[in-house]
Amino acid sequence: MTEYDFKLSQEIELLRLVAVGSVDDGKSTLIGRLLVDTKGAFEDQLLAVRKKRGQAHIASPEEIDLAMLTDGLAAEREQGITIDVAYRYFATPKRKFIMADCPGHEQYTRNMVTGASTANAAIILIDARNGVMPQTRRHTHILGLLGIPHLIVAVNKMDLVGYEQSVFEAIRAEMREYCAKQGIRDLICIPISALNGDMVAVRGEHMDWYTGKTLLETLETLSVMDDIDRKPFRFPVQLVNRPQTRELPDYRGFMGTIASGTVRVGDEVMVASSGLKTHIKEIVTFDGNLEEAFAPQSVSLTLTDEIDVSRGDMLVHPDTPPQDTRDLSANVCWIGAEPLTRRKKYLIKHTTNTVKAMVAEIEFRRNIHTLEQEAADALEMNEIGRITFRLQKPMYYDAYADNRVTGSFIIIDTFTNNTVGAGMIV
Amino acid sequence: MAERISEHRLTQLKALEAESIHIMREVVAEFRNPVMLYSIGKDSSVMLHLARKAFYPAPLPFPLLHVDTGYKFPEMYEFRDWYAREIGAELIVRRNEEAIARGMNPKEYGVARCCGALKTQGLLDALEEGGYDAAFGGARRDEERSRAKERVFSIRDEFGQWDPKNQRPELWNIYNGRIHEGESVRVFPLSNWTEMDIWLYIREENIPIVPLYYAKKRLMVERGPLLIPVYPGMEDQLHEGEEPVEVMCRFRTLGCIPCTGAVRSEAATIDEIVAEAAAARRSERETRIIDHGSNSMEDKKKEGYF
Repeated sequence: MTEYDFKLSQEIELLRLVAVGSVDDGKSTLIGRLLVDTKGAFEDQLLAVRKKRGQAHIASPEEIDLAMLTDGLAAEREQGITIDVAYRYFATPKRKFIMADCPGHEQYTRNMVTGASTANAAIILIDARNGVMPQTRRHTHILGLLGIPHLIVAVNKMDLVGYEQSVFEAIRAEMREYCAKQGIRDLICIPISALNGDMVAVRGEHMDWYTGKTLLETLETLSVMDDIDRKPFRFPVQLVNRPQTRELPDYRGFMGTIASGTVRVGDEVMVASSGLKTHIKEIVTFDGNLEEAFAPQSVSLTLTDEIDVSRGDMLVHPDTPPQDTRDLSANVCWIGAEPLTRRKKYLIKHTTNTVKAMVAEIEFRRNIHTLEQEAADALEMNEIGRITFRLQKPMYYDAYADNRVTGSFIIIDTFTNNTVGAGMIV
Repeated sequence: MAERISEHRLTQLKALEAESIHIMREVVAEFRNPVMLYSIGKDSSVMLHLARKAFYPAPLPFPLLHVDTGYKFPEMYEFRDWYAREIGAELIVRRNEEAIARGMNPKEYGVARCCGALKTQGLLDALEEGGYDAAFGGARRDEERSRAKERVFSIRDEFGQWDPKNQRPELWNIYNGRIHEGESVRVFPLSNWTEMDIWLYIREENIPIVPLYYAKKRLMVERGPLLIPVYPGMEDQLHEGEEPVEVMCRFRTLGCIPCTGAVRSEAATIDEIVAEAAAARRSERETRIIDHGSNSMEDKKKEGYF
């Protein structure tokens, strides 16, 4: 029996990734490659997608149809495309990775937004033969809007351009310029061949001219340190827990996930909407009460005074209150089949709070090729624009650039109940 | 358990725990009548443990529902009843009595039909009978490639069916729980956990699991690459020429006796199981007969299977 290092396993951090690209850039192949090279795929799973039937063992990754490993739906395997976001898991001794594999087809951009919204880092696939495509720009722009901290451009299929350095340099220069225009600074470019494995988990022998880290090394060493615990304390209340049992007749716990910041027993806190103040009595968890809790822990808070607090309220420190408004301005990525139009009413779900909202103004639509602002009467599916909503009651929020949790919302169609938009508050 | 890597940073298991608790609380806040599907396996054990954490110090705000096929291991029934009592949970057991009375079994009717009747139909009937609008399930996305496409909140139509091509986008940790009358939602709080995470968490949190997961000598027959258990009274489910032999083995996943294979293993403690899982080269679902065949999981899921 091999020894397992339990101590090491307790130091593993989580990195949420998203992989995006145009059709046929080889995302599925890259992810298949990462799964194979990190042993994230099992032998029986690999045997099920081998190219030649009847083989009992896989001698080399070339014998596997890597894309078949990730394209989970029958329709995808039929059409040879990725339709829906697939989540994949792999780990190295340093990190566990959750990777969202996102479709490249334009009509499925909504799924890309889904996969990217939770990511700390993004891999943008570019086919070295085709260079930067319109979809690449759209995806990069969305990743910028979604505030993904690290963007990695993987220039794939280098094997098909003779591992030529100049091809890579040209794409890198173009992407740098495009990203600089929208203020994205942290951009890493890596030449790879997902099919052959060069510069993915191993350096390979073909690109000695590239001196940077391999893709996997890059993923293992990216900083996952964010300062979420040092931001102002935000606690959106999910539920009020009142067991009213014989043992706990008077217990009143406010359950929630700390969106940002740190809270300690004795802290003065304020209900953002009412301004009512009280103090933290206890921080309750199943594993015992805590003296201090921080984002993104899920805890229950009890308060020293019986004040009115319910689902949708937010507890904050009185000296660092959030902003409030009934006229909400946000960047919106529209993902509904029906266009967003002026005066139309929707529901907005922001943290644990759902409010009625009306489209007051379409300030502009963003041309994703030129990044210019254009006048528009509607936002169609997959379009991005700046929208002002009139809210039925005030919202307590932070700008998305400051806080991804209290700065984001979803837009819900009241007729279909579908999620039709993603909003990032400016 | 080590909570933090450094000050104010969670280990990946604690980050997963916080995410799962958040999901469960959203469901209880937004749905009228949730239920937790409890299959007695290791994933169910973890899900139930997380639910206890989520609503502590209150009792669970929803019942547990076990959709029984009558073919589960005796150790599973024993564990189920003991554990539900131990933690004071309300346990509902439902079976497709009509199909059971007709003698539904995998040998005569085939695995797909048997599962369809006893598990899928049994589940759909139980959900309808209870009027549940949300059902927690312990499925993980790393289990199988069609599960990798599942949302955390997965909407089912009034027939309990899944439409994989038309799933709601799921953004940040904001879950859209709005459904029409008659629709329901399957919720997967363990979506982002892997098999390895489950074992590590069971170890660190000391979560009780069915003893079948630990290796010991058991009576088995060899069927192709699988070890199939032999239990008294179920000899008629054996195939021609199969001879029971004692094998040191354990189960990586638990299902119905005739359709769940064991693996040869010496891992008799949780530490040994973790080490074995870390070194495993074959997926745990390989021991489940139901998964074999093209598209099988996706087709079953569309029909309403978990």
